[in-house]
Amino acid sequence: MDLFLQQTLAGLANGAIYAALGLAIVMIYQAIDHINFAQGEMAMFSTYIAWSLLFQFNVPYWLVFPITMGLSFLGGVAIERVVFAPLKHAPVLSHLIVFLGLYAIFNSLAGEIWGHTIKKFPSPFPDASYRGLIGGHGIGTILVVAAMLLVVFLFFHFTRLGLAMRAAASNPESARLNGINTTRMTALGWGLAAALGSVAGMLIAPVVFLEPNMMAGILLYSFAASLIGGVDNPGGAVAGGFIVGVLENLVGTYVEFIGSELKLTFALLLIIGTLLIRPNGLFGRSVVTRV
Amino acid sequence: MTIANAEAGDRPLTVEKQGFATLRRPAGMVLLAALAVAIPFLVEGYTAFQFTLAAIYAIAICGLGLLTGYNGQVSFGHSTFFAIGGYTSAILVEELGMSAYLTIPIGGILSAVFGFLFGITVTRLAGLYLALATFALAIATPQILKSSHLEGLTGGSMGLDIFKPEVPAFLALEPDQYWYFVALVFLVFCLWISGNMINSRTGRAMIAIRDNPIAAASMGINTTLYKALTFGVSALFAGIAGALCAIVVEFVAPDSFTFQISFLFLTGMVIGGMASLAGAIYGALFVLFIPNFAEDVSKNLAYAVFGLFLILAVYVLPRGIAGLVQSVQAKIFPQRY
Repeated sequence: MDLFLQQTLAGLANGAIYAALGLAIVMIYQAIDHINFAQGEMAMFSTYIAWSLLFQFNVPYWLVFPITMGLSFLGGVAIERVVFAPLKHAPVLSHLIVFLGLYAIFNSLAGEIWGHTIKKFPSPFPDASYRGLIGGHGIGTILVVAAMLLVVFLFFHFTRLGLAMRAAASNPESARLNGINTTRMTALGWGLAAALGSVAGMLIAPVVFLEPNMMAGILLYSFAASLIGGVDNPGGAVAGGFIVGVLENLVGTYVEFIGSELKLTFALLLIIGTLLIRPNGLFGRSVVTRV
Repeated sequence: MTIANAEAGDRPLTVEKQGFATLRRPAGMVLLAALAVAIPFLVEGYTAFQFTLAAIYAIAICGLGLLTGYNGQVSFGHSTFFAIGGYTSAILVEELGMSAYLTIPIGGILSAVFGFLFGITVTRLAGLYLALATFALAIATPQILKSSHLEGLTGGSMGLDIFKPEVPAFLALEPDQYWYFVALVFLVFCLWISGNMINSRTGRAMIAIRDNPIAAASMGINTTLYKALTFGVSALFAGIAGALCAIVVEFVAPDSFTFQISFLFLTGMVIGGMASLAGAIYGALFVLFIPNFAEDVSKNLAYAVFGLFLILAVYVLPRGIAGLVQSVQAKIFPQRY
């Protein structure tokens, strides 16, 4: 029972990480109807910027956090304006290719600027643990993700801007007729996704250490999380993150065949299984398209 | 949701013969064949080896082009099929002492079977979601190869060494030259198969599915079957390429089959020209030789350069180098077009 409890709590801590990146994925999906394959690399790049601020410019942590978010927001908006705005009506394949291009550029630039040696990234939370079951960073991550979800929820449901964004995403033409600047909404979505991603990166880096390829596996889990929760639903993505985190740990503990060495295969099965059996996820709305 | 609909406009419809339209003239063919044969005698050892790799990549890129360019299905997971071919070859040679040449078609066929089964599983997914499923496959592959369940076969994270066969005594060739010709033979074979396939009933069905899956289904095309078959053929080529690569490099390891390999193939396909067989060759040469220039600046930047070219290709060269070559030819010989 102790083992079960321990693994479940550890799973929740991991799940919070997936949920954090999952929120960014949902945010971008809301804005552009696509999943950004470069989201993980963008978050990694933001985290490196935070690292530079911390250790090369000696900025205190509580300032680094908002500065990194702000810079990432601007970066996200810039990417949308420069790279994606001209591709608005391009087919999915073109978008996928550009996502891949960005993936490679960020990965390779991070290696070029900061090198490939593993770097430690500090956690803002105390190094305590709750009865040896869950660490301070785990609890902190869960709280931050809950706060992020709350902010995203409030933003989408109780602000004019959030409403405008949802309108622009679900029916661009009617939104434009109502005077919403849909182009600006798309750029805003990119910026917000990048900012959320940077928070995710700063929460993930203390756990996995900072290096250019740190996101590959986590991105996969976050995709699984957002798919299971329903990729158009922020609350779903967070729930999905926790579900995936706990499942990953329990399956790794109790299913000997999978253990810790086939965890990515488990994510693969989750993704393909969800896509085939319940493509809208547990909490997503089903979309019907007309021929 | 489908990739092709919007794209169909900027591609010529399939009235003309597809694929080697630019190379159909005998003079051009002879010139190209002479050049391909002369290469290993014109360049020294390591460059010849790089051309060998280029031929191998061209096989895989050609397979990917059949899938994406002609059938409209995206795959981020071709590194997996490449790995199946490579590992099959290495295991058969090392464990059973089988002839390396024989392992190439076997690797290809195993990969094709897996590709067909995978294709039939994900047949309902398109565009973004297919990319996601295949991306997951590519990310999971190295870990599967390392896992203790397969360690006895795959050698775990250490990988397997294999030794390539000697050059036959009656050929007065250096090993690098000889293996270039072996790869070239396979490349020509694969291009020949693809050319015939595209210009057959099967190819027209594939293209119809790309351009409009619903219309294709209502014309009586079994879209599930054709999509899975295309996946299989595409995986066949990737498997053959993987087996050849394992033999030529004399080594397989999980970390040589990461998502990066898929990325290289995709880059080659996009830059070379998606729905073009000649494009596979341009693309393979591009991904092999551009890093040589990029690495003069910095080793890390090769992939950034690829990324930049990928994005630029989407804007200015949607039909890749092959499209560029075609429009230049059309300018020079307007009477032919």
